[in-house]
Amino acid sequence: MSYEFDRHIHNALTDSRLQQAIYTATGRLKDARLAVVSEDVLPDYQELRSHANALKQHTIDHLDYYIELFERNVEAHGGRVVFCESASEVSDFVLSLAKERGAQLIVKSKSMTTEEIDLNERLEHHGLESVETDLGEYILQLAHERPYHIVAPALHKTRYDVAQILTDRLNAPHDPVIENQTALARSVLRRKFLAADIGISGANFLVADSGAIVLVENEGNARLTTSVPRIHIAIAGIEKLIPRAQDLAVFLKLLARSATGQLLSVYTSFLSGPRRAGEIDGPDEFYVVFLDNGRTRLLEDVERRQSLYCIRCGACLNTCPVYRKIGGHSFPWVYSGPIGAILTPQFMGVAKEPGLPFASSLCGACAEVCPVKIDIPKVLLDLRSEVVESQARLPQNRLEKLAFRVFAWLARHPRAYEMAGRFAASLASSEDGRWIGKLSPAFNIGPIRAWLNERDLPPPPPRTFRQLWRQR
Amino acid sequence: MTPRERILQRVRSALGHGAGYTLPPPPPVRLRVPEVSLETRIASMTARLEALAGRVVRVESPEAAGHWVGQAIENRTAIVSNAPYLEACGITSLPAVRSGIDKRESLRALTATADVGITSADYALADTGTLVMLSSPQEARVISLLPPTHIAVLPCSRLLTGLDELFSVLPEPASVSSSMVLITGPSRTADIEQILVRGVHGPGQITVVLVG
Repeated sequence: MSYEFDRHIHNALTDSRLQQAIYTATGRLKDARLAVVSEDVLPDYQELRSHANALKQHTIDHLDYYIELFERNVEAHGGRVVFCESASEVSDFVLSLAKERGAQLIVKSKSMTTEEIDLNERLEHHGLESVETDLGEYILQLAHERPYHIVAPALHKTRYDVAQILTDRLNAPHDPVIENQTALARSVLRRKFLAADIGISGANFLVADSGAIVLVENEGNARLTTSVPRIHIAIAGIEKLIPRAQDLAVFLKLLARSATGQLLSVYTSFLSGPRRAGEIDGPDEFYVVFLDNGRTRLLEDVERRQSLYCIRCGACLNTCPVYRKIGGHSFPWVYSGPIGAILTPQFMGVAKEPGLPFASSLCGACAEVCPVKIDIPKVLLDLRSEVVESQARLPQNRLEKLAFRVFAWLARHPRAYEMAGRFAASLASSEDGRWIGKLSPAFNIGPIRAWLNERDLPPPPPRTFRQLWRQR
Repeated sequence: MTPRERILQRVRSALGHGAGYTLPPPPPVRLRVPEVSLETRIASMTARLEALAGRVVRVESPEAAGHWVGQAIENRTAIVSNAPYLEACGITSLPAVRSGIDKRESLRALTATADVGITSADYALADTGTLVMLSSPQEARVISLLPPTHIAVLPCSRLLTGLDELFSVLPEPASVSSSMVLITGPSRTADIEQILVRGVHGPGQITVVLVG
């Protein structure tokens, strides 16, 4: 585990206000989901999950076919598909298009993919104004922070934090009333929408047989982003493809339920190309950016490939006992929670944060709630073995190996084992499990200290089993 | 090689798709359309939308719909889409409404300041309380989006059961329009402390007038 990861976790665990905020918010989302997937309200829920999994597996296993089908259909409707291998290729494309069209102001709707490639920073670096328009994302952009949660990005902010941010960044009077804060953001952003030259969105789904992108949201900012400016650019990972428009009947039923406990999100937009002849409004230009950024590498492993089925509902975060304690910003990259724990090592390499695949109790709750049935614990185990293999030669691992060798020897020698047991019992100074953290300094050194500090162990009973046996 | 060729090549080699590769059939389409009576559909539409703080009004005739809308907008400014059904209801000839706009810029300017946006809808979905809006010369995208109040007027016959029926009657939305939007209740957010606030970017009030 890196020092950074350890420090972030420690900070989250010791911040009682933050602990309360994460626990309440994820608890609400978790309960809301449970209420709409139960047997009595959605009897075919498990069948829908299996079907969604089969559809995603089929699409990912034949991604080359669906990429080309999607591309043909976008072009048939007058749109254009742009292939980008990396973050800089995306920003280069947007920058050159903005330059050609004389565009200055960009409005953006929430997209994890653009967070992944730091698009706003890259565009602003070149003098463009790129404004997040989802309320939570807007607040975080003002505060210069990254999303805390896949669907509830500002989950860690209280109304008082938001009031302070709006005062600091917009010179607004300090006002902790959430309705007023929302109204202020609405009016500021409404002006941006009406003046914007380009709208940039992500995509929840890319529909191959239609050449369409699907956006799911509650606020209406994605509709404004894709309807008002003259140019619409959708940026999406190649894994967002699904075969047919009709498959949305399966995915839409699962997505909002799993994410927020809604039957459907307020707005679902199905957009195929620029406005057509006779249509009164809508963009004149429509681009879909297909982003690789490491996704093709994930395809290589048949087992791990399923990580790409994710539809970003966030249900695994809400149910994860680890996420619910350490929170979103402890994770080393934009994707947090169980899905982040399997995506990050695969996108960035396990060395980015070797502790990440181990930050899980493997309880399986994430796999149980996943609407597309990704076997997250299985992928985590696979990544753990990759970490262990890559670190076999580190001094700490050699020490661990030595410790296990000593234990193996003890286990094979009953007399020595008994003596060691009595010795260990004599060390227990108190009744509670924290005694191993308070051992004499002789044991409390180096890597052993870190190990002992984080664990507790019931104190051994005063007499060993062997002693009891002899006295029977 | 272009980025396109490189990405496709990486995908093919990762998946092991060589020259003789053929696509197996995808999993079958899964659409289940139940038989549900009109009255039950209307009851479900009403219950679902009201649970989201929207409203469903049922009137007997197009004239009654026009009358209801006239009273609902009172002295507020309203912009009306070019849907022929709204004209048949007499809504376009109500005082204080603007209609018949077919230029994007003037439509946007008027819609941005109007109090009420009035549209029809191509379908409604009873299971979820949803309106289905296809963009066309008759229906612009922004009338149901920019004003703080949205009123949609449609005949009962367009009330479907749910998503499965929608994608049965409209298997390829892209063949008829560049934009299909499903609207389920008023615009809302819960981004600050999970507290629900309505009308954040889109309309905070929505009323569906079912005719017949």
